[in-house]
Amino acid sequence: MPSRPMIGYAHVTKSFGPLKAVDDLSLDIAEGEFVAIVGGSGSGKTTLLRLANRLIEADGGTITVEGEDVQNVDPVALRRRIGYVFQSGGLFPHLSVADNIGITPKLLDVPAADITARVDELLELVQLDRTAHRDRLPEALSGGQRQRVGVARALAARPRIVLMDEPFGALDPLTRDALSEDFRELHRKLGLTTVMITHDMTEAILLADRIAVMRSGKLLAQGTPAELSNSSDGYVLELLRTPRRQVERLNALLPRSGAA
Amino acid sequence: MSFFTDPRWDEALSHLADYLGNHVQVSLAALALGLAVSLPLAILTRNRPAPRALLLALASIVQTVPGLALLALFYPLLLFAASVALAWFGVSFSAFGFLPAMLALALYSMLPVLRNGITGLNGIDPALIEAAKGVGMTARQSLIMVELPLALPVMMAGIRTAAVWVIGTATLSTPIGQTSLGNYIFAGLQTQNWVFVLFGCFASALLALAVDQLLGLIESGLRHRSRPHTALGGIGIAALVIATLVPTMGRSSQSYVVGAKTFAEQYVLSALLRDRLQAAGLSATARSGLGSSVIFEALKAGDIDLYVDYSGTLWANQLHRTDIKPRAELLAELKTTLANDNITLLGELGFENAYALVIPRKRAEALGIRTIADLAAHASTMSIAGDYEFFSRPEWAALQKAYGLSFSAQRQMQPDFMYAAVASGEVDVIAGYTSDGLIAKYDLVALDDPRHAIPPYDAILLLAPKRAGDERLQTALKPLLGKIDIATMREANLRASGNDANSSPDAVAKWLWGKVGGR
Repeated sequence: MPSRPMIGYAHVTKSFGPLKAVDDLSLDIAEGEFVAIVGGSGSGKTTLLRLANRLIEADGGTITVEGEDVQNVDPVALRRRIGYVFQSGGLFPHLSVADNIGITPKLLDVPAADITARVDELLELVQLDRTAHRDRLPEALSGGQRQRVGVARALAARPRIVLMDEPFGALDPLTRDALSEDFRELHRKLGLTTVMITHDMTEAILLADRIAVMRSGKLLAQGTPAELSNSSDGYVLELLRTPRRQVERLNALLPRSGAA
Repeated sequence: MSFFTDPRWDEALSHLADYLGNHVQVSLAALALGLAVSLPLAILTRNRPAPRALLLALASIVQTVPGLALLALFYPLLLFAASVALAWFGVSFSAFGFLPAMLALALYSMLPVLRNGITGLNGIDPALIEAAKGVGMTARQSLIMVELPLALPVMMAGIRTAAVWVIGTATLSTPIGQTSLGNYIFAGLQTQNWVFVLFGCFASALLALAVDQLLGLIESGLRHRSRPHTALGGIGIAALVIATLVPTMGRSSQSYVVGAKTFAEQYVLSALLRDRLQAAGLSATARSGLGSSVIFEALKAGDIDLYVDYSGTLWANQLHRTDIKPRAELLAELKTTLANDNITLLGELGFENAYALVIPRKRAEALGIRTIADLAAHASTMSIAGDYEFFSRPEWAALQKAYGLSFSAQRQMQPDFMYAAVASGEVDVIAGYTSDGLIAKYDLVALDDPRHAIPPYDAILLLAPKRAGDERLQTALKPLLGKIDIATMREANLRASGNDANSSPDAVAKWLWGKVGGR
């Protein structure tokens, strides 16, 4: 592990009333890593993600982004330099695709001509047809297209870090597969550091370099898929059993077509 | 004569530019002020439930006050504020007309704007507010770039409701001196000119409808994010406002304003005075339908230049006197006292319009009633009706005291309906006016007042302080002094109470001038 993590959580706690959403949790995410945080609903994974760009403020512990304690950084400036992909897009319904994508550069006072060029570049990057989609309103897009716009918006201000809140959860399987593959490729090409939360272990195994498993605000285990399978924790093993069983059943049910 | 070729339509139409322009002007100003106050309040309280509830409760209470009462309330309030401002800061403003009307209407417009503003801002998907924060917006940017645009359609619906309310309620601002489409309705009701009443109702309904439809177009444009709809509605509203306002602009403010109270005789006399001034080559307009105390204050402040009042009215209401003096003495004292306020009592017109207790002639004969003293014996089984101010006037107290009057019931009525009511037996006695033509028409008698409880009510011509030395004005008016006797005025009033083309104040004023001076 490198000496200076891109995102560092050290003994972080956050409570909502009597509920401990994040409980003395420490986790480092290295530059260029793709980390998936896996857990059921109420496990505290969304809270953990939002602590990083101060959409939620921690009660205790230290969070660093690119080596800086986030408490010493203006939260608005912090959010502008971290891309955030919202569950089911979070696109502004009254703004066109182009205006949605260009919002963060606009907030950063980037000249309009530069924003236009950047929007076109991003549309190409997320594989949306420029002329067909630029001026549409979000309501005129399919779910998959909306999430592509959401990804483009997160990348618009050239962030080094992207946080994703169940980005592909609401999509149909085919779209989901295509989109997650495309994003994985973007992550590599742009040298991003990505933290994605998901409740789906299969998705985490297929996309992430490293998986962190959360339950009741605590970090149960972390590591590569292979390392996780050596875990002695019952819950972690239970989570891994599902994709395994699915693979076995798929292999049994689907005849192999053609030669490899 | 057919309904549609009635010349009163033309007369109504000739006032349209003036009334409509002023109506739009006061409505627009009230709405703008209402929005300027309530939108920031809606924004400020959007995340604060306690002040928000308080604000909505206050606005709801304002809404329960009848429009007419709210408008009437602002006049004394501003009068007081104006006197304080004059005493403390040496500046004065007019508590008459535009200002009180605009403030009352603005207050009236606040509830729908507040309620829809708050509903709109609170109805936004929290995920979008989170997203606004997430992409790096400050709270202010989130408000301007996300929350307000998303709440706009709901807000617009509130503005639309407010606009329709304000336009409707503005018709009630006539009695406090604001010209509006209500001038048709008030004048029409007083002079039984149903053409005017209909015209005023239709004109204000049409205006409200047009504004409602155009704002509706903007609202639906915003809701469906259709720029052409929004733009079309906006252009329509702008065109409407410009078209109604332009004709009233650039009007000479140098012209003389003749005031009139809210009954037919006053409408006729103000038309007569206006005609006389115009005949003398002076520019003059009439401002009708003013409340009895509003009109005196308006004269004092110079908002109107002249009007006809009655000596007994001023004696009781302005001098707060309860003693009764002989006619000439009372007039002389009144003249001196008014002069202290720089108001000129130019002279008497020649007739008296006193309050009188009036009953049907047949009933009077049957019961042997000739004076109020005779009436007193029967009063306990009788009901009495008076106009809206009579029972709160000192004359009523004086009458009760002098004759020991005690009626079984008392009712307030629109003056023009009183005579028919007493003639039909709906009430037994009315407090009528001696100059009213309806006394003869319905075969009624005015009872004698042997104990002189009611002061004399000579019709007198008053001039505003700024017209004290105006020779041209006074020369133009002098031919009227002492020329109108009670029989002539009664006949004029009877004509004005008719419901035909010759009964409009303008027509009766011309007839009256033909009788008293012109040929």
